[in-house]
Amino acid sequence: MIAFWRALSKNRLALIGGAIVLVLALMAVAAPLVSPHDPHKPDVKRILESPSTRHWLGTDQIGRDVLSRMLYGARVSLAVGFVSVGIATAIGIALGAGAGYHGGPVDGAVMRLVDLMLVFPRFFLLLAVLAFLKPSIWTIMVVIGLTGWMGVARLVRAEFLALKEREFVIWSQSIGASAFRIIWRHILPNAMGPVLVAMTLGIPAAILTESGLSFLGLGVRPPYATWGNILNEGKEVIELAWWLSVYPGLAILVTVLSYNLLGEGIRDALDPRLRQSVGRFGGRGR
Amino acid sequence: MAPGDPVEIQQGDLNPLHQQSLQELRKLYGLDDPLHVQYWNWLKRIVLLDFGRSFAPHGRPVIHMIRERLPITLTLNVIEMLIIVAMAVPVGVTSATRQYSAFDKATTVFVFVGFATPDFWLAVMLQILFGVHMGWLPISGLRLPVWEYLPFWQQQWDFASHLILPITVATFGGLAGFSRYMRQSMLEVIRQDYVQSARAKGLPESVVIGKHALRNAMLPIVTVLGLSVPGLIGGSVIVETIFAIPGMGQLMVQSVYERDYPVIMANLVIVASLTLVANLIADLSYSLIDPRIRVSRRGRR
Repeated sequence: MIAFWRALSKNRLALIGGAIVLVLALMAVAAPLVSPHDPHKPDVKRILESPSTRHWLGTDQIGRDVLSRMLYGARVSLAVGFVSVGIATAIGIALGAGAGYHGGPVDGAVMRLVDLMLVFPRFFLLLAVLAFLKPSIWTIMVVIGLTGWMGVARLVRAEFLALKEREFVIWSQSIGASAFRIIWRHILPNAMGPVLVAMTLGIPAAILTESGLSFLGLGVRPPYATWGNILNEGKEVIELAWWLSVYPGLAILVTVLSYNLLGEGIRDALDPRLRQSVGRFGGRGR
Repeated sequence: MAPGDPVEIQQGDLNPLHQQSLQELRKLYGLDDPLHVQYWNWLKRIVLLDFGRSFAPHGRPVIHMIRERLPITLTLNVIEMLIIVAMAVPVGVTSATRQYSAFDKATTVFVFVGFATPDFWLAVMLQILFGVHMGWLPISGLRLPVWEYLPFWQQQWDFASHLILPITVATFGGLAGFSRYMRQSMLEVIRQDYVQSARAKGLPESVVIGKHALRNAMLPIVTVLGLSVPGLIGGSVIVETIFAIPGMGQLMVQSVYERDYPVIMANLVIVASLTLVANLIADLSYSLIDPRIRVSRRGRR
């Protein structure tokens, strides 16, 4: 653990990424305190104003403050990122642990399910599922989570396959511990490193996916502001108001970049050899 | 299950029918059967490539709509794939052979930024920059409306110029990823003993890298290339929608807006089949690159 922190603290880029991640999270939590204006309050006298000292990032079509909307948008985007990755990780751990520990037909069934899910391009699958559901923030979180667990499942399975042959597992089996207890108390804690990395790299991927969906008008709907749907509204007036399109995009870019730097840093600090298995597609949504 | 149903959307405000006739339409489309019955009927028909008719007012057979659009998406994706490979391989090899050089550092920055850039945002930015402010490139569609009346070479240029922005956007993220994998894979290979011995027997560096090392470094890349096909096809949703290219991605988004279920399901089946075919091609091409691998050998995974 000490070695881990020492390795991580030497990686300057990862630290910068981590600091930005932290600041973003704080600003999102404190959005009501730090936003200069009410994000939902229109002001018809100040429509599409360019950035000024009053409105740092300008105003939108109905005179709402873009900075405040982006701060509130950060809440939604980060919440979607965290919750959907939480869902994906929970499913991935449950299926991956079961498959890796029990092997045989369970393993076969789970891995075929993984293969089946991976056949569908994720964006097409998301759109198809969303077409059948009532749109809401919760739907988006659940759907992104349900289509993103395959990587974690494979990862956990691989860890379990290696760990279940180790002596401490065989000893626990010999004293009659239940499978659930062995998986939960003995093997899983040892397999959490790669899972943590996959989660850190999964959050930016989920944020990209959510903003892509919201940009198409199929994700989080107004009145909730997210970076994606500010961009969606902004593209209609891009020739008049560049600030509506430039800043939310930059916010997404910086956020995703920071999470990726942090995630890669954690991975290298845990074990440089993990490069092979985790995060091959880290941080890229579709 | 879903809010609203296609019959209501179709008849909508224009033509308020009696409840009874709505019911008859539902019966016609089979929408009043239990879900599992609907699903089984659907499965029976797709085996015969019968995807039914669109729920949209024109009611065209879905297979015709796909036949128009599939070649466009396929062409774009193949071009993108070729560009990605053609650029990522030399870039990755150069950064690996000159690790920590200025070139290597510059590509690393590009890789991280490329990974983090939302493609839809990049698309909008390029449209406004090159399409609107500079006016150099068209920003939507595949051809000018007056295309038919242009001389031959202008037709070719017109078509190509419509493709520049969409293809740039679609290759951006993939290029970043692939140069990274290529670099990684090459770095592992050039540490191997056989590369040393190739050098030791006096082969020129270009042969050592270009032949001995590259061939081995390409193996994992082919796997990644096969695995990245769904991602590339998924990206066409965004690119085709923003640049108004009449391909599968745009069709998908439109049909989701209209809740045109037969089209949605057919789209999903087709793109999944494309992924399967791409994976098969990737598996088969192993044996071309590496003669040690034989297609017939069983259980090599």
